[in-house]
Amino acid sequence: MKNGRDPVIVGLADAPIEDGKFVTKASVLGHAALVAKAAVEEAGLTLDDVDGLLTAGMWGVPGPGQLATVTLGEYLGIMPTYVDGTNIGGSAFEAHVAHAAMALREGYCEVALIVYSSDQKSLRSRNLGGRPSVLSMQHETPYGMPTPVGGYAMAAQRHMHEYGTTSENLAEIAVATRKWAQLNPAATRRDPLSVDDVLSSTMISEPLHLLDCCLVTDGAGAIVMTTAERAKDLKTKPVAVKGYGEAHTHWAIGEMPDLARLLPAQKAGETAMKMAGVSHSDIDVVEVYDSFTITVLLTLEALGFCKIGEGGDFVSGQRTAPGGAFPMNTNGGGLSALHPGMYGMFLLIEATRQLRGVCGDRQVAGAETALVHGTGGTLSSGATVILQKD
Amino acid sequence: MSTDKPLPVIDHDSAPYWQAAHEGRLDIPLCGDCGKHHFYPRAICPHCHSDNLKFDTVSGRGEVHTFTIARRPAGPAFADDVPYVVALIELEEGPRMMSRIQTDDPEKVHIGAEVEVTFVKATDEITFPYFRMT
Ligand SMILES: [Zn+2]
Repeated sequence: MKNGRDPVIVGLADAPIEDGKFVTKASVLGHAALVAKAAVEEAGLTLDDVDGLLTAGMWGVPGPGQLATVTLGEYLGIMPTYVDGTNIGGSAFEAHVAHAAMALREGYCEVALIVYSSDQKSLRSRNLGGRPSVLSMQHETPYGMPTPVGGYAMAAQRHMHEYGTTSENLAEIAVATRKWAQLNPAATRRDPLSVDDVLSSTMISEPLHLLDCCLVTDGAGAIVMTTAERAKDLKTKPVAVKGYGEAHTHWAIGEMPDLARLLPAQKAGETAMKMAGVSHSDIDVVEVYDSFTITVLLTLEALGFCKIGEGGDFVSGQRTAPGGAFPMNTNGGGLSALHPGMYGMFLLIEATRQLRGVCGDRQVAGAETALVHGTGGTLSSGATVILQKD
Repeated sequence: MSTDKPLPVIDHDSAPYWQAAHEGRLDIPLCGDCGKHHFYPRAICPHCHSDNLKFDTVSGRGEVHTFTIARRPAGPAFADDVPYVVALIELEEGPRMMSRIQTDDPEKVHIGAEVEVTFVKATDEITFPYFRMT
């Protein structure tokens, strides 16, 4: 049943990047502010209308407590009365959509702004030397655990062992995703890619090759949510948030309950689809986090698009490529479009654009319902959002 | 002895474990209520949430649950080790722990391989439990 306080997405924006780097000169917060302003203005709102602020990031004033929402609110010159700095890794923004949806329904805020920004590529700040060897990481970092790729490699190794999944299966995902990137002028990597190219790329952490891994780029994005009632007066056609779910199981990969099975995605997906009242056959377009090729395979299985262990077959024959039966990661994903550290924001932006029908060459014809799933940490957290054309 | 490699920052939960490793024993917590071992050491049992825990010396035997051969080091400190095998070991007693497989031939490591603990001194204070295939 429709309600005037049903949550909808009414604005979005992302920052232009070239060769993986920001085109505009601004600080990491500056880019956050520029996309925030563009997203609210697209909807016909101003930053002064924003009373809900949600963000997560890797930036902040060093020292105890990285108060991301407080830092960003100060920069924007606003006084939000609903804030959420949930940080569960790259899936944080899918969780933010869920939390904003609840706040909007409850009447706790009217206009929610979700923002992400990272200049990790320009700063060359991405640190792959491992996490500080404290708390649970004192039992992983000292052994030279490659972070984060090693954890994903261990999951891939286990999946191959249990189900016979192959490197070719994983490479199919990278190749299909690249084909979508070739249709997206904003994507970073658009040169042709074959399964052989993936398999012959440098081995990083067995069994994952360089081209099984996402890009390292800058990026900033913002999404504006409000109620269906308020959206009637705004400039854009709203996209409805129909369902959501979230879960997490571990931080250190050694603590993952089952390395061949993504329990957070299973839980979050079930919750979100039940809430939205949709089944798998209702989903027209799927945007799932592709930090590594194995992430996608585990996610598709856990979300129930195929049985556990059958992900390799499912993605074979370029099924997820343009023209395939299962349109997925239609902007070119984290593997080929952009991956500024925490990619979940860009899954939401692409899904919303697909439902608005503004994707040009890569538009999925007749897309009415989209599933977005973010994965964060080292296969640690999952958050699902179901979006629908109003 | 000194090393550029990251060393564990020992805390009250983990101190008995690291002390035992330094003395050549693999000691991990055993729950007095549910009877299960766990790793890494915590103040409450992750299975039943009891705080009735004591450290128990375990066999040091187990098998490779999963692993990766690092072809690129986890930072410059590990550059001389490449290629090296980081493995998740499932101990005979049940818990899994991350470690390294000591081997001259990384390609021989496989899931299910039987392993036993071997202690490798890193500094005058820290000894790591590594594993080797049996
Ligand atoms: Zn217990």
